[in-house]
Amino acid sequence: MSDSMVISEKQKREYAEIVNQIKPKPRVWCNIFRAFIVGGLICLLGQFILSFFQNRGLNVNEAAAATSATLVFLAAFLTGVGVYDEVSRFGGAGGIVPITGFANSMVSSALEYRAEGLVFGVGSRLFTIAGPVLVWGIVTAWAVGIFYYFFT
Amino acid sequence: MEYFWAFVIGGAICVIGQLLMDLTSYKFSPAHVLVTFVSAGAIISAFGLYQPLVNLAGAGATVPLSGFGHLLAQGTISGVKQNGLLGAFSGGVTAAAVGITAAVVFGYLAALTFRPRS
Repeated sequence: MSDSMVISEKQKREYAEIVNQIKPKPRVWCNIFRAFIVGGLICLLGQFILSFFQNRGLNVNEAAAATSATLVFLAAFLTGVGVYDEVSRFGGAGGIVPITGFANSMVSSALEYRAEGLVFGVGSRLFTIAGPVLVWGIVTAWAVGIFYYFFT
Repeated sequence: MEYFWAFVIGGAICVIGQLLMDLTSYKFSPAHVLVTFVSAGAIISAFGLYQPLVNLAGAGATVPLSGFGHLLAQGTISGVKQNGLLGAFSGGVTAAAVGITAAVVFGYLAALTFRPRS
């Protein structure tokens, strides 16, 4: 039994190596260009929204929060009508890294599992990716605060 | 000019995410990218290096998820300044409350309103 466990660990490593070798080599430069354009455009849209809220008299932090909420709304809507997935497919990380990609990840998995009901379907699947993001973000920020408290 | 920098810096941050996905193990999924960006943003922010980027690029630095980490970290630090140790528990989520609530509410409503696509 223990022998077969050892082998399977080794096989797992070999399998991972083989997969890494034969997975299609991404067209790196093309992907970089697309991520830059799509990510840049989403941030440019964010800058227009940010300026709009600042001109309405919100301070910088309030305007940034309102911008996030607006972009999240837009991304949730565009995911619902099926447009945002095309953005991600074209832009790769350009569609994933902005906060719109965060909203997209929540809505798309919640929609996919909607048939499982409002509690374990929508309710829990909203956090398939948002959950890890919140856990890591909150724990890191908490550690920063603790560090700041004791060392400054 | 702020629009130019928002585009360039925002695009460049996304390129880092693209490189992480393309040049590392096949196991590095979009979820890993998002988690990495939130934590990295919080840590870079703690060293005071993210705020200059926000000053230069505005939404180009706040819209990527590293800006969410920055928001959490700065919220925690100002919480500690105001309330001491308790602030480390309240400051981050308080600062990020608008984004978190918007994501949950709009995400929930969108999942209720729309039909899944096949």
